Amino acid sequence: MALELTTAKILLKSASNGNRRDLSKLLTLLESGEKINLPISDSASNSTVLGVTGPPGVGKSTLIGRIINYWKEMNQKVAVLAIDPSSPRTGGALLGDRVRMDSADSGDSVFVRSLSTRGHPGGISSSLMAMINALSYCGWNKIVIETVGSGQNEIKIAAFADKIILVDGPDRGDIIQAEKAGIIELADIVVVNKSDMPASIKVADSIRSALSLGGGMDAPEVVLVSAERNEGIVEMMRIIEDCKTPKWRDRIKIKERLISLWDSRLLSSPKINGIIDDLETGSISLNDALDELAR
Amino acid sequence: MKIVMAKPGLDGHDRGAKVIARSLRDGGHEVVYTGLRRTPEQISRIVMDEDANALGLSTLSGAHDVLIPRICKLLKDTGMGDVMVFLGGIIPERDHEKMFSHGVRAIFGPGSRTEDILSFLDDAESRTDLGKSVGVGNEDGWRWN
Repeated sequence: MALELTTAKILLKSASNGNRRDLSKLLTLLESGEKINLPISDSASNSTVLGVTGPPGVGKSTLIGRIINYWKEMNQKVAVLAIDPSSPRTGGALLGDRVRMDSADSGDSVFVRSLSTRGHPGGISSSLMAMINALSYCGWNKIVIETVGSGQNEIKIAAFADKIILVDGPDRGDIIQAEKAGIIELADIVVVNKSDMPASIKVADSIRSALSLGGGMDAPEVVLVSAERNEGIVEMMRIIEDCKTPKWRDRIKIKERLISLWDSRLLSSPKINGIIDDLETGSISLNDALDELAR
Repeated sequence: MKIVMAKPGLDGHDRGAKVIARSLRDGGHEVVYTGLRRTPEQISRIVMDEDANALGLSTLSGAHDVLIPRICKLLKDTGMGDVMVFLGGIIPERDHEKMFSHGVRAIFGPGSRTEDILSFLDDAESRTDLGKSVGVGNEDGWRWN
């Protein structure tokens, strides 16, 4: 343990001096649950963490490819952590987000890492926080998190991101989804992608009217873009950079961090497999199991 | 293992690479697929950013003769000699020795069984656990086939 801690510290020092290979190795250590205390520095707070979420297939990765280019042209250092699900059965994962980000391999100022949830969608959270902090410490001032295509209750991203983009598309039938509560209330901006398809205008209108019914207070802007054709990206980025995140979001952020940490403690408990066995045979109740794990 | 599956060069056929990526996933590995037409420089950067243990390269165009040695050299030159490299696609028999001499550890041509590729990875993993290197920069010449 003590030896590993030293390794992490050596890697951190080298990574903060610009060694890319060591940064990558450090992220692997953090991903596997290693903890590291980062020295407090001014640069750490200068990073913007942008969360990009939305259902599968709406174009999140393609859009992130454009965001990378936008920031790259402004001489920013952009790091992307792209999260895909792992198989609950085998633990394996196919991480394909890079395929759609053609700017992902475009130079020294762009760093893209694919991450799998390793069977624990909640469990990745605590290591994700550490990875974001390390990237930030090493001078990556724009950090983008792409989450697993989310459902309505996927609000974990709120725990990490300073700004949240919710991406939607025209080819999803059921607009009533926009009327439901959840991530849409936490988004700083709602982006309807694939604006080259006529249905996207209708979708954007539906989302706007759904949001305006809520009294319009703090309602996020709804913008149309085409990531594929690179249209509307600059306008979208200006809105994101200018928008003020409402105060009440801070409280949700703290709460989500608490829940994330709780999840990861639960999942990393050495007792968890034994307790799942007991639950399977029915020898203990769920409540007893939880009490046992929390002890 | 964390494995990068890459398509170097200009051929646009990646069904094979995708099938392999999928079966490695089902074998419990984390597979990052790069997409088509990546340059050796891009591939080596991806391996670095992903901190992959292994790199699977698929090529059908006949350009392996130029591309594979370049990728192997780039990995060694940038401190990634511990990354294991294996090949798939159309690699004529007469080129195999040359590929192995650059540090490639296995070649899987048409008709290969995915079970064999998984056993190769298992074997490589146990060698690594024993402290033996299976990386592209390893000089002892270990190969799977």
